[in-house]
Amino acid sequence: MNQSAATSTPPAPAPTAGWLRRALRHRSFVAGAVLVLLLLAAAALSLVWTPWSPYDMDLPAKLQPPSSQHWLGTDAFGRDVVSLLLVGARNSLLVGVIAVGIGMGLGVALGLLAAARRGWVEEAIMRLADFTFAFPAILSAIMMTAVFGAGTINSIIAIGIFNIPTFARVTRASANAVGSRDFILAARACGKGSVRITLEHVLPNIASVLIVQATVQFAIAILAEAALSYLGLGTQPPQPSWGRMLSDAQTLMFQAPLLAVWPGVAIALAVLGLNLLGDGLRDLLDPRLTRQR
Amino acid sequence: MPTDRPPTAPMPLLQVTQLRIRLHTHRGAADAVRGIDFTLHRGETLGLVGESGCGKSLTALALMGLLPEAAQASGSILLDGQELVGLDDAALCRLRGNRIGMVFQEPMTALNPVHRIGDQVAEPLRLHRGLGRTAARREALALLERVGIADAARRLDDYPHQFSGGQRQRITIAMALACGPDLLIADEPTTALDVTVQQQILQLIGDLVAERGMALILISHDLGVIAQNADRMLVMYGGSVVESGPTEAVFSAMAHPYTRGLFAARPQLVPRRAGERPRLSTIAGTVPELAHLPAGCPFAGRCGFTVAACHSTTPPPVPLAAGGAGHLARCIRLDAVAAAQEASA
Repeated sequence: MNQSAATSTPPAPAPTAGWLRRALRHRSFVAGAVLVLLLLAAAALSLVWTPWSPYDMDLPAKLQPPSSQHWLGTDAFGRDVVSLLLVGARNSLLVGVIAVGIGMGLGVALGLLAAARRGWVEEAIMRLADFTFAFPAILSAIMMTAVFGAGTINSIIAIGIFNIPTFARVTRASANAVGSRDFILAARACGKGSVRITLEHVLPNIASVLIVQATVQFAIAILAEAALSYLGLGTQPPQPSWGRMLSDAQTLMFQAPLLAVWPGVAIALAVLGLNLLGDGLRDLLDPRLTRQR
Repeated sequence: MPTDRPPTAPMPLLQVTQLRIRLHTHRGAADAVRGIDFTLHRGETLGLVGESGCGKSLTALALMGLLPEAAQASGSILLDGQELVGLDDAALCRLRGNRIGMVFQEPMTALNPVHRIGDQVAEPLRLHRGLGRTAARREALALLERVGIADAARRLDDYPHQFSGGQRQRITIAMALACGPDLLIADEPTTALDVTVQQQILQLIGDLVAERGMALILISHDLGVIAQNADRMLVMYGGSVVESGPTEAVFSAMAHPYTRGLFAARPQLVPRRAGERPRLSTIAGTVPELAHLPAGCPFAGRCGFTVAACHSTTPPPVPLAAGGAGHLARCIRLDAVAAAQEASA
């Protein structure tokens, strides 16, 4: 349809250009996007190149300070910190994407179902969400990894499952707010069924909320994975992970304090970037704010 | 709007018999609409007037099958002989937007902010007529041009927030009319608009109704709007029709004390009597709560002519000879009201 519009009305400026211009003027969006792009670039780079192998131990060269050889120094086993951070970024991204994917896929579907069906379906879904929510996420993830075994996959699934009630609640609350608006009644007056109204009218109107929530949950998932790895329940050695690096550095706090700083900074920047990106998207995705900006 | 009803039209387009709507609220069941009857022929405009909470909008929603879950309709609504009360949702979906169109009060919120207006107007066409994207878009363009969106071809891909209130109401009218419905329900279509735009919108609706031979139900609390546009009118109070008849007849000989009160309560700039300051007269009291509506005449608590009998029985519709055919009022004190009217004149 965009094509037909473009051919019939050539002088109209492409809407994407305006969006991009607004996006570039939004400071927190730009900062967040840069940080997230850095994270993506680090993960992508680690697939093809790292300065050293993150698995090669070089005990004589352990706990070295930053140098031209090892830019951020080496850890207790003589592994290169830069290489570990790059591969760790990949790990964090993987956790974030899958955990948010699980949470969003199931949570949004359940939330929409609750909002569309109302009655006992809504009650059942929301009470189940409350029940899941009542357990602290990390505690439940510890429980699950303790039962099903520690490891990256299990920790991802555990984090993903605890994203479900968050998304279900946010979706239901926003969908109910949208559902009471006049255009939903107008859509029904046009003869649309409830499934199409949910998918075509409700979902697009709450998409911006969900995207923002996704960035927040993504950041939380990265933190949660770091926490689980720190506790030894997440990513297992020798697979590098930021949380693992923090936990390894803890015992060496007084000999090599910088070792704890690097993964800490990486986690903080990734989380900050995602949150800023979410903030920016929330503003930019709202069509009503288009003109003010 | 002229009424050129064909001489041989035995079956009305819409026949509503003893429509009742019961609301299930926290404070118990309330009868929001209590047994209203009316018929409507093609090409005819019926005005529904009354203050907030009298059941106008619920009646409209019942016709669309869009009552909230807590509300239940009973009685009969026949559209071209088809019973709508108790019809399943799939069948109602096929009727809504196709044979019955609706224009809402708030054009600012009746359009989905995230969809382009061309798509929104094309939607019912694709849904009911099964038109493809291009065909529906062409049709939507024609509709938008018809309802007076300037430069419609260029604006098809604009979003609702890029239009003014009056333009948006034109767009919702285009949506409602997309499939050429037999019945258009306009629920306070001009209440949210500027006075100058109101006239244009009413004019547009009137023209389209005449042009397409639709039937129109025009809901308003504004007697002026009804007087100008409706062929026949129903005055509703407390869920009942207190007075009904051809618009001219009702306005020339308002019979029910509530209709008179409503008419007297319209704002005026010029004093009614020389030397008096213009004052806004009101109807004393408030609308009784639907859940605790007393027995007898619903207006009895606020009426100046109330006698004991008013509280005991619901007054039957009384035909009025003076006003012409079909003019009815539900009041047992019509003689006293008329006498008082003469005395004050």
